[in-house]
Amino acid sequence: MSYLEYHAKSTPTGLRKVLHLNWGLTLLLITVSSVGFLMLYSVAGGSFSPWVEPQVKRFALGLGVMFVVAMIPIWFWRNISVLAYLGSLALLVAVELFGTVGMGAQRWIDIGFMRLQPSEVTKIALVMLLAAYYDWLPAEKTSRPLWVLLPVALILIPTALVLKQPDLGTSILLMAAGGGVMFLAGVHSAYFVAVIAAGAGLVSAVFQSRGTEWQLLKDYQFRRIDTFLDPSQDPLGAGYHITQSKIALGSGGWSGRGFMQGTQSRLNFLPEKHTDFIFTTLAEEFGFIGGVTLLSIYMLIIVFCIASAIAAKDRFSSLVIMGIAITFFLFFAVNMSMVMGLAPVVGVPLPMVSYGGSAMLVLLGAFGIVQSAHIHRPRQASR
Amino acid sequence: MKRNPKDLDAAHGKMTRRALFLGGLQLAFAGGLAARMRYLQVDQADEFRLLAEENRINIRLLPPARGQIFDRNGLIIAQNSPSYRITVVPEDAGDVEAVIAKLSSLVPLDPEDLERARTEMRRSPPFLPITLADQIGWADISKVAVNAPALPGVTPEVGLTRVYPQLGDFAHVIGYVGPVSDYDLSKMEDPEPVLMIPRFQIGKVGFEARREDLLRGKAGAKRVEVNATGRVMRELDRREGISGADMQLTIDAELQNYVQARLGRESAAAVVIDCEDGDIRAICSSPSFDPNLFVRGISVADYRELTEDNYRPLSNKTVQGTYPPGSTFKMITALAALENGVVGPEETVWCPGHLKVAGRRFHCWKRAGHGHVDLNTSLKRSCDVYYYDVAIKTGIDKISEMANLFGLGIKHDLPMSAVAQGITPTKAWKSSSYGKDWLIGDTANSSIGQGYMLASPLQLAVMSARLATGRSVTPRLLKSIDGVEQPSGAGEPLPVSENSLRMVRRGMYSVSNDRRGTAYRSRIVPKEMEMAGKTGTSQVRNITAAERAAGVIRNEDLPWERRDHALFVCFAPYDKPKFAVAVVVEHGGGGSKAAAPVARDVMLQALYNGTPPLEAYPKADRSRIKAQQERLERERVKRPLGSRSSRA
Repeated sequence: MSYLEYHAKSTPTGLRKVLHLNWGLTLLLITVSSVGFLMLYSVAGGSFSPWVEPQVKRFALGLGVMFVVAMIPIWFWRNISVLAYLGSLALLVAVELFGTVGMGAQRWIDIGFMRLQPSEVTKIALVMLLAAYYDWLPAEKTSRPLWVLLPVALILIPTALVLKQPDLGTSILLMAAGGGVMFLAGVHSAYFVAVIAAGAGLVSAVFQSRGTEWQLLKDYQFRRIDTFLDPSQDPLGAGYHITQSKIALGSGGWSGRGFMQGTQSRLNFLPEKHTDFIFTTLAEEFGFIGGVTLLSIYMLIIVFCIASAIAAKDRFSSLVIMGIAITFFLFFAVNMSMVMGLAPVVGVPLPMVSYGGSAMLVLLGAFGIVQSAHIHRPRQASR
Repeated sequence: MKRNPKDLDAAHGKMTRRALFLGGLQLAFAGGLAARMRYLQVDQADEFRLLAEENRINIRLLPPARGQIFDRNGLIIAQNSPSYRITVVPEDAGDVEAVIAKLSSLVPLDPEDLERARTEMRRSPPFLPITLADQIGWADISKVAVNAPALPGVTPEVGLTRVYPQLGDFAHVIGYVGPVSDYDLSKMEDPEPVLMIPRFQIGKVGFEARREDLLRGKAGAKRVEVNATGRVMRELDRREGISGADMQLTIDAELQNYVQARLGRESAAAVVIDCEDGDIRAICSSPSFDPNLFVRGISVADYRELTEDNYRPLSNKTVQGTYPPGSTFKMITALAALENGVVGPEETVWCPGHLKVAGRRFHCWKRAGHGHVDLNTSLKRSCDVYYYDVAIKTGIDKISEMANLFGLGIKHDLPMSAVAQGITPTKAWKSSSYGKDWLIGDTANSSIGQGYMLASPLQLAVMSARLATGRSVTPRLLKSIDGVEQPSGAGEPLPVSENSLRMVRRGMYSVSNDRRGTAYRSRIVPKEMEMAGKTGTSQVRNITAAERAAGVIRNEDLPWERRDHALFVCFAPYDKPKFAVAVVVEHGGGGSKAAAPVARDVMLQALYNGTPPLEAYPKADRSRIKAQQERLERERVKRPLGSRSSRA
């Protein structure tokens, strides 16, 4: 066997792994984050404080995490997925007990240098566990009721904990991402049809419950849905965000007002202009072209992930990559829909762009797993 | 685990198909988003044309006027007055520091305010106005207006600010407002946009904070056309906000003012309650402070002065402070004993000056003892041994139950900050909070209002009102909201026999009107105004055996913070109770000496609705009282409506 052949069919080792990183994906991630820095700089009125500086630091830290995670063989991540899941559940319970209340919800644990949002960790841990589960489960059992019920329970436990915080946005994300992985694993389509039908039933139940004793959502959540359906009925109160957001977006036009020239999104009272509503600033300053460009970069990341998932021959790698891709997709799809008035305001950040530490760090860690799967994929032996 | 490679391939194929399917869905959704973006940004661009050409419609919130607060006679306690402030838009100013320098040569600027403004400037975008000086006089604001051309970016603005014309009299009741802080916002779920208005005032403590919901009002809005730098071009239309609800308190500001002056510089609390309907006529904690200082943001030096004062001016001793009620608790012990048939009204107990309980000596305050003591004498002369004896026979749980009936150990629902519940110990309470068993000695201590027993001056006043009427009188502070009368606190009859109540009231009558009563010197003379009361002296330290051997040290010889608390509770007129009063003087020494005269003066002031005639006082005291009345008259500064604090 020649030296070349040896290298073609075995995975790289040591520092050689760096050469086998998915550099395209890495570059795309750096690009998206840079867009974020740019917008935070603009929102702060042309200043590195208070947002750009910490954001860059966290991004650097996140990249480091991504590389370290990528260097570790993918089977290690498969083997610890149960632990990761249990750990994230423990964190969710801890936040329930000791968490800091921010904007009315109990979401953070203060760990000194940053605030950790355990629900972020949960999203990835859940995807890992489900991928590992289907990797272990013989394919012919995939659609048997008992073996379907188990992953459903695994999804619902963290969802319930997150919903209690209360964080509706994240709980929807958890269910959708978990369902996505199950779908990919080959669970029979009939289950999904049934769940979607039941979901529609639940939604109507939620609306029926309004005003009764067993009201299923908080009043403010109902208000948000109301104003989503008709923002004009309360332009000063809860409809304020959506109206202002649409004005900002619309005034951007084809090519925008130019960098640092956006006034609409900075002049108004939008309190989350640097977090959930940062897309309005981008759309106002860089217009339709800027918005579509960001959307395309996001979609490219998804395409890279899908390609990587199909190329990976082992089941865990494929599923975990796809699961992470779905989570990532849901992040920006929900955020953009919300900003454009297509979905109610549920508090989901724009991934890698919005100001905030936990989400970025966890996403980069997740992409580290994608990279690890890419590096450690089985190579075809040349004949 | 062995797996069939064919199955594995099939599964992978299925996964690939489904991954491509999901990818397709995602692409379609992204396409939808792009289409929506195109719709908003390109197709609807015409609709935003006007806005895009540098003139946009902007919604500005108009802060609502805060509800005003009045006393029961319509005298104003909290009002809004126009306040002028100077703001600067850094972007328009160019060199901000140069403008500030020019400005400070015209009007005096507080360095602390400037520091705050500079921090704010760093945080907010350059086109938002920053307040440089707040609550400026008319003369100064006109100077700024005249020199406007030389001061780019500077605007004199008019707004409303909270003013408390009664100064310290209502500081503990009303509390104060202050600008919304980041901390306030972080505590709220879904804060209203109006709170984002810079320097918007909200209630921070006391009534202002507790009834923030109704006092705040609803924001109005104006639509203005603004250019790209955020400068207002013209106003399109405006909708005024709805001002907050006006509130009327049950307090009589005149009486409140008298009581505050009468308490003087003592660390003390006094509560006057209407026995008939539970209206709180006066509720004073002393020393007090000027709430106007907090409205603007108190200076570090002023704040330190308040927090470092031994007499704790910031704490509201009337509802927040709890004290061992001492002998003022004896009525409750007596009622519990009578109602449970442990002792008859005529039955006597032998008081040799102490009682041995479980091997320990419990002393009476009178070392020599009171001899044979019946109920009336026990109250009149405040014999401790009588209560040790009947309490041990009654049991602590029944005594505590009786105390709760009379409003002790109950958290009264008043719109004030930090209303304390106090403690009426029971066996179960001690084992759950200390993990220890109840001792018989604890019962002896509790029977005379010592040990674990704690009550606030408010609770003591409620207790007196309930003793006087036999009904469960509930304190009421808020008389009406926007003219709508709030429910009265008259209450239902208590499940206590009228006979027992009459015996106890008779004892309280003797305290003030019998030559040998502990408060005889603080009696009220006219027959139709006669007062019934009870003195209390509660220890804040343990008297050690060594101290007792050396002879009990007199209160006057102790450092202030180790002296006894002085208490007095009373109601009057005895025949037809109108008011109940409770007075606590922290570390004041004996109740008969330090608290009873204050309570009597306050009671007379309330009964006569103003300065009482000298004939109401015992003959011997009249010349001294006359001097005191004149002194208080001088000290009670007359505060005309709308007067401003010294800082304003």
